[in-house]
Amino acid sequence: MFLSTLFLGLVLGGTYALLALGLSLQYGIARIMNLAYGEFMLLACFAVTMMFTSWGLGPLWGLLVVVPLGYALGWIIHSVMMRPLIKRSGGGGRLEVDTILATFGLLFVVQGLMLVTFGSDFTSYSYLDRGIGILGTTIAANRLIAFVVSLALGFGLYAVLIRTRWGRALRAVALAPGSAYLVGIDVNKLGRQGFALGGALAAAGGALVSMFQTFSATDGVVFTMKALIVVIMGGVGNILGALIAGLLLGLAETFVAAFIDPGLTMAATYTMFLAVLLWRPTGLFGKAGG
Amino acid sequence: MSQNTRRAVLRALPLAMVSALALSTPLAAQEEPVTIGYAVSKSGPNATGAGITTIPNYELWVKEVNEAGGLEMPDGTRRPIEVVEYDDRSSAEDLVRAIERLATQDKVDLILPPWGTGGNLAIAPLMDRFGYPQLAVTSVTDMAPEFAKRWDRSFWMLGGGHDYATALVETLAAAKEAGTINDKVAMISVADGFGIDLVKAARPAFEEAGFELVYDESYPLGTSDFAAILNEVQGSGADSFVAFSYPPGSFGVTKQTMTTGYNPKVFYIGVGGAFPIYGKITEGKQEGVMSIGGVDAMSPAVEEYFAKHTEVIGNPPDSWASAITYASLEMLEEAVKRVGLDHEALAAEISTGTFDTVIGEVTLEDNQLRKLWWVGQWQGEHFVAVSPADRDGAAAPVIPKPEW
Repeated sequence: MFLSTLFLGLVLGGTYALLALGLSLQYGIARIMNLAYGEFMLLACFAVTMMFTSWGLGPLWGLLVVVPLGYALGWIIHSVMMRPLIKRSGGGGRLEVDTILATFGLLFVVQGLMLVTFGSDFTSYSYLDRGIGILGTTIAANRLIAFVVSLALGFGLYAVLIRTRWGRALRAVALAPGSAYLVGIDVNKLGRQGFALGGALAAAGGALVSMFQTFSATDGVVFTMKALIVVIMGGVGNILGALIAGLLLGLAETFVAAFIDPGLTMAATYTMFLAVLLWRPTGLFGKAGG
Repeated sequence: MSQNTRRAVLRALPLAMVSALALSTPLAAQEEPVTIGYAVSKSGPNATGAGITTIPNYELWVKEVNEAGGLEMPDGTRRPIEVVEYDDRSSAEDLVRAIERLATQDKVDLILPPWGTGGNLAIAPLMDRFGYPQLAVTSVTDMAPEFAKRWDRSFWMLGGGHDYATALVETLAAAKEAGTINDKVAMISVADGFGIDLVKAARPAFEEAGFELVYDESYPLGTSDFAAILNEVQGSGADSFVAFSYPPGSFGVTKQTMTTGYNPKVFYIGVGGAFPIYGKITEGKQEGVMSIGGVDAMSPAVEEYFAKHTEVIGNPPDSWASAITYASLEMLEEAVKRVGLDHEALAAEISTGTFDTVIGEVTLEDNQLRKLWWVGQWQGEHFVAVSPADRDGAAAPVIPKPEW
């Protein structure tokens, strides 16, 4: 019972982490709080569904298509829509407020486009839905894949950020956008790359989530909310933090559902969130003042 | 078809239709159009429900009436329908403002209701003040008798949570008497309006019928992962699994149950089970799944309705509230034909008249539609009605449900 709950919790947590990785990058490195993040995930959901239902292209292959597209879309949005805001703000808190408003508008534009294109009905397809027995419980193969991919993405990104020169430059932009210039870092370029990378991760998350979750064109906010909680709990811009915060949330929800009361899962989530905000306002792994 | 276009276009469209019709039916062109307004959720969280049940039926009905030359008046003339449509963006404030605008600025002849219980309750006082009849179709509320009294031009057509829950218990009790299922029930419910209503009615009804609730928990709205819950349900020894759920939770529960290979003898889910997409969720293995609603699949009128809905809208209607929505429009059309557009006469006619509709002959009782199907089940291609079992057109429930 304990082991199977632990395992179910980890798998659910992996999904949460998957939702949050891209947002964490976008907010941490590009300093853009992208409220339309969930809508971008949904775009990937729809794209993968269309490829699967009309061409028979499995969602895991679909990943190869939507991830580059997500990167490109992130790039374009950053260059066209965010660039003027960044220029105007000259760094500092105003950028956050401006981008929140701008992406809030973008949310409705994208949602409207999706409603017109795909309609408002629920969308779902079945792919690798069969159960796999592990640790005395049965888990859907597609959830397991999403879990493994989210761990791989999380640790992979962490390694890139820590080990490579490019990663170090990204972290420099995240930590001190005002000073990164001084050591020859093109802050704008790296900010754009960070934002685009976040777009690619959003696409990956959307594609994987669509394998097991029914979605509709108006569900973006749900994704964004979950991602936001995980990002803030993990510490803004901290990939490993987002991963661990996601897993913790999944574990908390599953244990509360199994041992206390399924009605209190939401309460557990927000209690944890509140506790983190009270005692570690910069997130579990955030640096003070960072 | 008609997107979120501006009113100018909406006004121009029917006019263009009218002038096109003028060639074939010269009489119709002389008539002034009847303006019908509605505010529905075309965006935001309610867009899904409105997009499945409400909007397609409005569009289908307007198209059919206009193709027949328009809405028939008591003197036999036909006046084309002109639609004024607003998006309430799933916000009650926007909805109320839109209704106010429809009544005071657009001065439309008739107002069609929005989707959902909340929306209909939000506009009921306003509709009453302006005197418009309100066909609150997609409202499920146990308070319907009181509301009908408070606002005497409001009509409540989808029953209350109590009706659905007790009908389900009756269906299961009959199966228990016959010895096909044991007396243990595992029940989960969403902690939101409809789920709470149903579970509050179901608990005492199950106990009274001699059932033991071996698992009875609620979960928050928005839950998408049911693995932990179903893990426990599976070990509970219950033959019957009941989920008073909303979509997409209903779909999540279904998928999780299928993946784990859990095969209860009765599998019941809440809203969403009667949606056409349900067959896709289960990959065609929906046989035997029970849910809310149902249709008399043997009825030629229902069959014709499904066919034309599929043809015009592009997909079949849902098997719970869609046909009722369409029937409410047929009632409105017939009532206008009998008494015209005067709101008072119209309300009186809807309240007391007898109408021939897609769901059969309908007479409201105290401004409520009570001849409804409470429990349905997937049998073959159709989501057929199984309760009330003694009503004409009811199918016998298949229990135990075949394995996934």
